[in-house]
Amino acid sequence: MAFSIFGKRNTPETPEPAEQPEQPRGLFDRMKQAVTRTRESLSNSISSVVALTREVDDASLDDLELALLASDIGSATTQQIITSLRDRALRQGISDGAELKSLLKAELLRILNSVEMPIKHPSAPPEVIMMVGVNGAGKTTTSGKLAAQYRREGHTVLLCAADTFRAAAIEQLQVWADRSGVDLIKTKQGGDPSAALYDALAAAKARSTGILLVDTAGRLHTKSDLMKELDKMRRTAEKLIPGAPHQTLLVIDATTGQNGLQQARIFTEAAHVTGIVLTKLDGSAKGGIVVAIAHELGLPVRYAGVGEKLEDIIPFDPASFVDSLID
Amino acid sequence: MFETLSEKLQRSFKTLRGQGTLTDENINDALREIRVALIESDVNLDVAKDIIDKIRDKALGSQVATALSPAEQIVKIVRDELIATLGTDTAKFKFASQPPTIILMAGLQGSGKTTTSGKLAQWLKKGGHRPMLVSVDVYRPAAREQLRVVAQSIGAKIYEGELTTENGQLGTPDVLRLAKEARREATNSACNILIVDTAGRLGIDEALMAEMAELKKLLNPSEILFVADAMTGQDAVNSAKAFNDRLAITGSVLTKMDGDARGGAALSIRQITGQPVKFLGTGEKPDAFEPFHPDRIVSRILGMGDIATLLERAEEKLDKSKAHAFATKALSGDGFSLEDFREQLRQIKKLGSMQSIMKMLPSVGPFAGMQQAANSVDEKQLGRTEAIINSMTMKERLNSAIINGSRRKRIALGAGVQVSEVNNLLKQHAQMSKMFKTMGAGGGKMQQRLMSQLGGMQKFGR
Repeated sequence: MAFSIFGKRNTPETPEPAEQPEQPRGLFDRMKQAVTRTRESLSNSISSVVALTREVDDASLDDLELALLASDIGSATTQQIITSLRDRALRQGISDGAELKSLLKAELLRILNSVEMPIKHPSAPPEVIMMVGVNGAGKTTTSGKLAAQYRREGHTVLLCAADTFRAAAIEQLQVWADRSGVDLIKTKQGGDPSAALYDALAAAKARSTGILLVDTAGRLHTKSDLMKELDKMRRTAEKLIPGAPHQTLLVIDATTGQNGLQQARIFTEAAHVTGIVLTKLDGSAKGGIVVAIAHELGLPVRYAGVGEKLEDIIPFDPASFVDSLID
Repeated sequence: MFETLSEKLQRSFKTLRGQGTLTDENINDALREIRVALIESDVNLDVAKDIIDKIRDKALGSQVATALSPAEQIVKIVRDELIATLGTDTAKFKFASQPPTIILMAGLQGSGKTTTSGKLAQWLKKGGHRPMLVSVDVYRPAAREQLRVVAQSIGAKIYEGELTTENGQLGTPDVLRLAKEARREATNSACNILIVDTAGRLGIDEALMAEMAELKKLLNPSEILFVADAMTGQDAVNSAKAFNDRLAITGSVLTKMDGDARGGAALSIRQITGQPVKFLGTGEKPDAFEPFHPDRIVSRILGMGDIATLLERAEEKLDKSKAHAFATKALSGDGFSLEDFREQLRQIKKLGSMQSIMKMLPSVGPFAGMQQAANSVDEKQLGRTEAIINSMTMKERLNSAIINGSRRKRIALGAGVQVSEVNNLLKQHAQMSKMFKTMGAGGGKMQQRLMSQLGGMQKFGR
């Protein structure tokens, strides 16, 4: 028996080793220096320009690499970005740091845009959207804000409190429901979340509600029994409304580090995540982990949470996200 | 999952065999691996750089001791350095000379302050104290309600106070008033500790950080604990710095350690604040809370497992005489029966989930690969195996050779599994039994080898 358990091994992915040991000075000092050095070299012979450019690029690339790592993009994705930048820089003869930076931005944008896909809305209401994620990511707050957002867009909305585990989670969602003027379907704390979901589905169907938002309990992705509970909820939804849940949004805190990748991987396996909501982007954290998630798992970011007020949720804009990441 | 640092170093040091000293050249690969591993563990870049510099200094020129391979030696240097960064001692808790001792909980939104407040109260209660809880989070919907439910569930006292929204929005004056009232209430009801749960706030939120400073001035707390999520990435230093600059925290609590985050944020926070990590949150239950041991989290970052915790748990939960009897029997010429095996399964279950056990094993040596395998473990497999053995007769369990086709069919039916699963179990039992027999019979050679491997681990396990 022990063999069958230990026999099933995941083949571990090997992150690419870092190319260069890190350099001490700040990004902008070096970038400025690189630009100046390049400009000085323009009058020299072509061969020395090329040689010098190569050197400058390596230094700038190191700085860019550090900037990427410092925003939680992770070493594997960072390495691939830097490698492709180095190739391009050599091929196209990039001559200064600013140009390199804009190439980097383009590369990040390419990654984020490549996973953009249109949301498949159901032909008939209700559209069921399930919010999942680890504890404290901001699912309840996001559910409340999204309810208000969808109402503003003219949809009819119903909220379902399927977090029956955490103390006062239902009361918390009730406050958000009141604020956004949306009905809440709930059960008592400790109840079966699938039962609450069933009631909400039935109600949404009967009322022909446009969108049903389901707030689930926070769970660490390592708890396999809790992940199975999500699967059960999915099946409950599917049984009552074919195709539901139409969207499953994984809520990720912008402060999350490399573990976010593992969260996204396992939640996607268990709950078929269709997109990410990146919360708490109003803080000092940059949320670079979503680039790694897009790159490795192909999941798009749908919304960004930027504050504690009802309207503090915005559709995710890759371009301005990349700007804030790099500048 | 990530390849662990120990494994990476083993690989990058294969070329180093036979070289007596660690030099500038041959060490660079290893340092690069260490840097990547630290960053993958969410250790802040600058903090990682400091650590790497120190490791380079220590490693350079140091003789490769014969007892340790170069990889082992580097791992040891890394390990020692990380522990030194985290502080070698288990942190102490400060009490006020004049009760109530006040503990202020601070942190970002969703880091786990409310849950941790409850756990801390439970922990203090167990230690014979009389804690009182109060929530001054007047902002987040139902935050105060949450703490009330938590307090109720652990039977701790709570000061609820009253809030009116007559004068418009709730704000800092309400927060300060609640805190003052709670302190009076704690004194009046002879509670010696007051735990103040505050609203989550961003380090860059000037108004709310000012509120925190006012709370500190008012309460003069003995402990200001910065509560941080173990999954936090590079930003850990920014928020820790913001809170520490403003409040001079006395320590931190790392929450959600029951996940699979490496917890490198602990190093960042410790380094930037200079204050120790004092506790870990390890689950959703009120007692999933433990004092922080630097060496254990370092083992986790290095992927060396957490043998210390595993041994502690085993000590607490396992029946030693049974384990010993099993080992003796298995290693004797007779092998072990399925009945013995079932008993072992039951013992293992007491230690926790297979996943959690496997994650505590070191990733080098005899248990290589098990940490990675942990995520693909089917927790129900143990139960199914037990069910299969349960549906055998005692005669069958003691002598599996008599289990023929029709018996297999009956057993499968009884356990609700496919016949193939019964076949697998029997096959594996036969293999294991044989393996143990050889180990026992091999003049102790196998035993010796296993012991020496385990000994090698212990070099780092302590």
